[in-house]
Amino acid sequence: MVAEEYYEFKPEAKKKIAILGAVGIVLFILGVFLAMGSGSGHEEEHASAQTLTNLVASADQVAAAPEVTAEEHHGSPVWLKRIYTSLWQNNIFFAGIGIIGLFFVTIQYAAQAGWSAPIKRIPLAMGQWIPISGILMLVLWFIVKADVFHWTHHDLYVEGDGFDAIINGKSGYFFWPLDAGGFPLFFILRMVVFFGLWYLFFVWIKREMLAEDINGGTAHWTKARSLSAVFLVIFAVSSSIAAWDWVMSIDTHWYSTMMGWYVFASWFVTGLAVITLLVIYLKEGGYLKMVNANHLHNLGLFVFAFSIFWTYIWFSQFLLIYYANIPEETVYFVNQMNNSPYSWVFYVSIIMNFVLPFLLFMTRDSKRHMSMLKVVCVIVVIGHWFDFYNMVTPGVMQHDGGLGFLEIGLTMVFVAAFLYVTLLALSKAPLVAKNHPMMGEALNHHI
Amino acid sequence: MESNKNFVLGVFDDEDILLQAVTKVRDRGIKIHEVYSPFPVHGLDEALGYKRTRLPIAAFVFGMTGTALALIMQIWMMGYDWPMIIGGKNFAALPPFIPVIFELTVLLSALGMVATFLIVSDMKPYKWPQQFDLRSTDDKHILAIDLAINKLTKDDIGALLKDSGAQEVNDKNF
Repeated sequence: MVAEEYYEFKPEAKKKIAILGAVGIVLFILGVFLAMGSGSGHEEEHASAQTLTNLVASADQVAAAPEVTAEEHHGSPVWLKRIYTSLWQNNIFFAGIGIIGLFFVTIQYAAQAGWSAPIKRIPLAMGQWIPISGILMLVLWFIVKADVFHWTHHDLYVEGDGFDAIINGKSGYFFWPLDAGGFPLFFILRMVVFFGLWYLFFVWIKREMLAEDINGGTAHWTKARSLSAVFLVIFAVSSSIAAWDWVMSIDTHWYSTMMGWYVFASWFVTGLAVITLLVIYLKEGGYLKMVNANHLHNLGLFVFAFSIFWTYIWFSQFLLIYYANIPEETVYFVNQMNNSPYSWVFYVSIIMNFVLPFLLFMTRDSKRHMSMLKVVCVIVVIGHWFDFYNMVTPGVMQHDGGLGFLEIGLTMVFVAAFLYVTLLALSKAPLVAKNHPMMGEALNHHI
Repeated sequence: MESNKNFVLGVFDDEDILLQAVTKVRDRGIKIHEVYSPFPVHGLDEALGYKRTRLPIAAFVFGMTGTALALIMQIWMMGYDWPMIIGGKNFAALPPFIPVIFELTVLLSALGMVATFLIVSDMKPYKWPQQFDLRSTDDKHILAIDLAINKLTKDDIGALLKDSGAQEVNDKNF
């Protein structure tokens, strides 16, 4: 039905990605030197951070215990902690974009959507990042754990100065079935199982989609739909728990029942924006001729709708914490908002993730033209990077966090790696499904 | 009732033929009053040359009215008319106002859109609809042409409709 179309991963594109990565590394090294140089002038800020901790802790029932441990566990120098924080944040962010690629494909199957038939290979290629981010996450965890995850410290679970009743109460969630304070078997097991399941379903669904090109018929489509339905159930649970594990457990005392949805919403809208940007990139390269303004309109609607969904979740979390004003919950936003080095990120992220996409994408025409889609999708991706920055950094760095060449450089390296893996995967299979049973519907898509 | 409105109706049972007929009739400079069809026909709006609705603009204006109304109402109530301390917050604090702002924005834009749509489409509650041919609710597409605004005679238009594939050509007077 459709002429065979292959994406060619040209040397120029590879060169551009390599340059992006190289500039990222240079900026990163520059950032590290700058951060090392400015390490000495932090004594006063430490004092103010300590006052804040006191303020919160005095209202907290754990009394004075956690401050002492916080003092003891300053651990690595600030510049190293910044590297760890940024690595962890970027890996969660990009792992999310990869897994949303697979998630997007599966919801298209589960909803029996026809319009997306020509573009399904792009989110599928993004899924190629899942195993890489999984291995990276596992390796990184062992490197960064002492600095990023407060709960990994052994003395929190031992009677004495460092004992923390709240964290001790949650120890089963991390360490079961082993002893608290030792190896967090349950935590690591979850990480391995989630990435394993996601990758397994990615392989299965990809196999069905590629077999369809050769064999035709509807059997592969039906099989992929069944797999998708099962995956969606698994993903609903695993994405939520993953958010508690990898993001919420950084602020171990704090908890929010919205966190699972919140991280998912942020991932999803970022993934949608990346899919849209890749579709536009391919269209501008002369590929995907059958994708017209109607398909772009649908992608734009997705980004618009889920920007609002993210805002809804964000606000649901914020309003309850703001109104209830329970100190152990409010501290999370105190660290992000007032008199904090992160307050500008906090407000900028709301503007970039809600106000701008909401106003710019409101009209029909803006979602049908590639120029506007490009602008808004880039805003959304950067905005959600800021969002993840504020989910991870304040909890780890307290008042020492920074956003400079170090973080920007590392992010550029991640972008380069992600693009390389995605585009390489895209070039290995036909760009457009040849025997998709709904291709006819997609070609006549009209909204 | 004196018949002061005279229409020629073309009856079609295939939407592809209907679309071609619409294009053909409009190419001859004949203005089409309206096409009635039992289901949405893709491309018909474009073939008839209809402009996109401006209803979203009305929705935006009504929505903004709701936003402003909710803000003014709550700031006046909570800040000036009857200030109350709730949870130690400021009298006129923004975050708790947002759910009400959201609800009133949605309510006013929805009601305003419905009202605008009814007024613009001339669908008053007491108004009896003009039914050209009841079969347009079943299995036929009805193409209605108002004779008063077209220069061609009834016979010429009828012949053209027949020529374009109409099964029947009928008269309708209101």
